[in-house]
Amino acid sequence: MDYTGEHLIPGNLGQFLIVLSFVCSLLASFAYFKATHATVEDKKGWLRLARWGFILDAFAVFAIFGLLFFLFYSHRYEYFYVYKNSSNSLEFKYIFSAIWSASEGSFLLWTFWHAVLGLILIRTAGKWEAPVMMTVSLAQWALAAMMLGLYFFDLKIGSSPFALFRNQMPELPLFANENYISRLTDGNDLSPLLQNYWMVIHPPVLFLGFALLIVPFAYSLAGLFTREYGDWVKPALPWSLIAGGVLGLGIMMGGAWAYESLNFGGYWAWDPVENASLVPWMTLVAGIHTLLIYKHTGRSLRTTHLFFIVTYFLIIYSTFLTRSGILGDTSVHSFADLGMNTQLYLFLLGALWLPVLLVLDGNKRWLAAMVLLVTLVASYFVPLLTLLSFLAAFYFLYVGLKKVPTITQEEESSSREFWMFIGSLVLVISAGYIIVTTSIPVVNKLFAKFMSSGFTMGDDILFAYNRVIIFVAIIIGLLTAITQYLKYKKTPRSYFLPKILWPTIVSLVIAGLILAFGKVDYYEHGAGFLAAIWFALVSSIYTVVANAAYIWIGVKGKWKNAGASITHFGFGLMLVGILISSSKKQVLSYNTSGIFVPLGEESKEKPGENLTLVRGVPTRMGKYDVTYQSEEKHPQKALWYYNLEFKDSSGKGGFSLRPNAFINHNGNEGLLANPDSKHFWDHDIFTYITSLPDPEKNADTSAFETRHMNLRDTAYYSRGFVVLDSIQTIDTIPLPGFQKGDKAYIATLKVQPQQGDSYISRPILVEASAGRLSNPDTVVMENLILRLEKNEGGHADIGLKESNSAMQYVTLKAYRFPFINVLWLGTILMVIGFIISGINRIRAKKG
Amino acid sequence: MKKTHIIILILIVGAIAVLISLLPTLSTYETVASAREKQGKYVHLIAKLDKAQPVEYDAINNPNYLSFMAIDSLGQSVKVVYNNAKPENLEHSERLVLKGKMENDHFACQEILMKCPSKYTDDPTRVQESVNKKLQSN
Repeated sequence: MDYTGEHLIPGNLGQFLIVLSFVCSLLASFAYFKATHATVEDKKGWLRLARWGFILDAFAVFAIFGLLFFLFYSHRYEYFYVYKNSSNSLEFKYIFSAIWSASEGSFLLWTFWHAVLGLILIRTAGKWEAPVMMTVSLAQWALAAMMLGLYFFDLKIGSSPFALFRNQMPELPLFANENYISRLTDGNDLSPLLQNYWMVIHPPVLFLGFALLIVPFAYSLAGLFTREYGDWVKPALPWSLIAGGVLGLGIMMGGAWAYESLNFGGYWAWDPVENASLVPWMTLVAGIHTLLIYKHTGRSLRTTHLFFIVTYFLIIYSTFLTRSGILGDTSVHSFADLGMNTQLYLFLLGALWLPVLLVLDGNKRWLAAMVLLVTLVASYFVPLLTLLSFLAAFYFLYVGLKKVPTITQEEESSSREFWMFIGSLVLVISAGYIIVTTSIPVVNKLFAKFMSSGFTMGDDILFAYNRVIIFVAIIIGLLTAITQYLKYKKTPRSYFLPKILWPTIVSLVIAGLILAFGKVDYYEHGAGFLAAIWFALVSSIYTVVANAAYIWIGVKGKWKNAGASITHFGFGLMLVGILISSSKKQVLSYNTSGIFVPLGEESKEKPGENLTLVRGVPTRMGKYDVTYQSEEKHPQKALWYYNLEFKDSSGKGGFSLRPNAFINHNGNEGLLANPDSKHFWDHDIFTYITSLPDPEKNADTSAFETRHMNLRDTAYYSRGFVVLDSIQTIDTIPLPGFQKGDKAYIATLKVQPQQGDSYISRPILVEASAGRLSNPDTVVMENLILRLEKNEGGHADIGLKESNSAMQYVTLKAYRFPFINVLWLGTILMVIGFIISGINRIRAKKG
Repeated sequence: MKKTHIIILILIVGAIAVLISLLPTLSTYETVASAREKQGKYVHLIAKLDKAQPVEYDAINNPNYLSFMAIDSLGQSVKVVYNNAKPENLEHSERLVLKGKMENDHFACQEILMKCPSKYTDDPTRVQESVNKKLQSN
């Protein structure tokens, strides 16, 4: 069929560029490989070829980005990626978040940064250009393959952002119409969770961090491949520092996004997706420290190689985890499975075997290649054998790294390098703990044949991590505080003690004051864990104070040399912020209406954290009286804003919060809530909507419930109680048809809600010869309808009906996070510290 | 043996000890029948909402009480009680991962993970539905 109205040129061009990038990056990698060991005269030719290859690849990547932007901007819904992730009402700024909202686009973002970094490396890497760019180009090739979207026989390679809607789902009746474009006028829209400014800036930063990790990895491989052991660390150091800063920033921006727009009640949930980027950051930081040890003492070069290789492996592993769909049951926000698991798996295998093949030589290299092939084929039949492949790779790596020179003599216990090394080890091993725990779904899959049912994390996932990480925090905090005061090689007591004395005393005093007056009493997991929190708090305050002091004591106030101290200072602040905000997090929305509400016997176990606010009725939350005042609708989207007024019960001060929620967004039925928070310098008030009235329920189906009451009797309704004050009997009322002998009764009832003033309600009953006539009375504010049904000398039947039909309410959760700003401030300082160190090392390299 | 080797050994042994100590706290994926056998033990029950039965939730009376019937792939059903707000898209979920314990006749749920047809964009019938919806509104 010939379709009309389609714009196929940009898509075809884009697809061509992806193939171009795929071919050029492989070509560049091969040419750089040849250039590395070529003779001087051959080298020139290979280098030129390689550069052209990479520059063309970079050009293609930038152009793909531009084309995709154009397609989103001009709403070309014939492209499935555009249809799926955008709509006419999508704001301009969110076009960017739409581009990288799904797997294809995030690979594009990653390769975009690789291209930028590659171009910088071509200009600056000098003699390291060829071996370093070989690895970068190879990674570019692997990433281009992820976007290829081509079929080789039955095997689909990659998933292209330029795939046409009608090719993706040819069976749709829509495409029976040759002019379907005219009917496809709007897209499916971007997931509401991603319509957030953090989603515009967090992914680029995070992926820049991911991309930067390849530089230390590539330098480390270049060192192994050229056999020029050790020389590579100098140019690699600034790159590693900047990678540490950017990746750390990216991770914490993800935390900020989670805090501001997801409703898992905080900035960190040990979600597999978060862990997957935290773990490589931890091993990278360990690698930076061992690299510094090598630079100053000539030790730990092998360990540095190992840490950088492991870091890169972990980044690819995290990509595998988040994109293979394997986390489906354990993570809240992983990507959908695109059927690229084989490809991702091969990428992962490549990231580990490439260093092996580069470091080994001669027969060993062939042996390793054989082992790789055999385990690869074997694991196709028995997935469990995959483990064998990874173990074999690590074994060969161990053998290969033996060639790297080392110092056999032991380091002094009083040396800086010794304690830095211990700290790095603790980081790597705790990273191992996190990644093994996160990988439980993978373990289930590998061992599926041998187990009846899979394992999964127990009831308290957070605690499973926290109880371990809290001890890591104690150790790392102490080491970070003390180690800078030690000298490399050997530290005399007379040097160390006087310097560390005052920072220690000051920290102990500050920590003592905080523990004495700060009411850090988090008993949820027992006294042991509380003690651990206290130790961690002392230790992180020590980090903060000792590193701040070191700026003057150690580097004499020279800011350009203070990068490390600032980084550690920021890191310490982060720890303090995390510890205080988590251990003192307070739920404000405890269901205080509990006494009035027939909770049902099942509810007694856990005090609910959800509170229902009826419109216009102030409800107590912590020290605030909160009123749900009104709601507003977004002009174009099914997005509602709820205005909540918080009034300090002491009478002074108050503020408004506007949490919002997408309701039945785009056929995606239900509620997607975005929190809102009020920032004070020392705490945040954080709230989000958890439930709204169900429109189906709004039909008035409730019935009157009859209560037999005597005078002064009390009847309860859900939000308060009703007292029958009096019943008047009236003989004459001005009603047509009211005859002598007919009677009218007016009941006076006092309605007392749980909070606020009482109301008087007067339902009327007329008993006439013509029949009974009941005239109910409604207490609008309480949605309560009262009816007098019968009156026999002081005994009355009162009908009560609570109707939701007119009732406006929201159910919400609210928290108070103390000192969360300390965490954000710490993050910013840590990143600044990394950047200062990085720049300082670049200068040192040039000078 | 070098100091660092000793420390590496201690750290690795420590890490393994911690991982092993984690094992008893791990939970398992269960069906209704197998969960019934493990009364009071924290498990992950994989089931779906029985749409033929009513879902009991009234935010006005108690925003922290939700009760519904869940039915597993073997056709066994169980009453689920969840002391929290009702997840809004519960009715539209395809599959539920219910984390909690069996307590006599009912499943006391602490957390609900919903597998919603959020990948509906990849499912042709749903895409057609959403396209149709848009066509009507235009």
